[in-house]
Amino acid sequence: MTINVRFFASLRERIGHATLTVEADGIASARDVWKAVSGESPDEEMLVAINKEYAGLDRAVADGDEVAFFPPVTGG
Amino acid sequence: MTVEIREHPFDPWQAVSEYRSTRLASGKSGASAVFVGTMRDFNEGDEVQAMVLEHYPGMTEQQLEDMRSEAVSKHGLEDALVVHRVGIVHPGDDIVLVAAFSAHRKEALAACREMMETLKSTAPFWKKETLAEGERWVERNTPG
Repeated sequence: MTINVRFFASLRERIGHATLTVEADGIASARDVWKAVSGESPDEEMLVAINKEYAGLDRAVADGDEVAFFPPVTGG
Repeated sequence: MTVEIREHPFDPWQAVSEYRSTRLASGKSGASAVFVGTMRDFNEGDEVQAMVLEHYPGMTEQQLEDMRSEAVSKHGLEDALVVHRVGIVHPGDDIVLVAAFSAHRKEALAACREMMETLKSTAPFWKKETLAEGERWVERNTPG
């Protein structure tokens, strides 16, 4: 399974990448993707989008999905 | 375009004026409610010299368009316009424009307010401030 992962703002700086590609079996949810890329537990405020729509951490992911992780939004 | 991301400074009043004259049917909207957000030179007690606004291309536009069309349908607006800056902004630069056009003021005012609150809490934008000493991310928006 291949997942395209994107990071924004402070999470991009923390991970050190704007994008990563994860190729692994045993990834079922956005939470699994986060663990695979960070090795950490997700912090409570982190937001997740799958294919550019908000999703929960336990939402299932599929081959080819774009999964994005970012901090609370601060526009306007 | 009724939702726009701008990479360069813009004049929100000119944008509203142009939108009214080119996109709105004359005589239908008795009320225009406009919110303009402008960059301050202070935040949390510190002087802020500049700011970088980052967004999630594709998702941000979709979130704003969903928000706009929901407001139009919920409040029966004639139309609505949303413009947001990205890139490097300086104190005094306008960051966001939300305009709601309706037959009567109640719907326009309510929709303008609601769209701003939705934008603040859901549209994927992030601000990084440049201070006299270093930079910092704005961690969260204050409730309206």
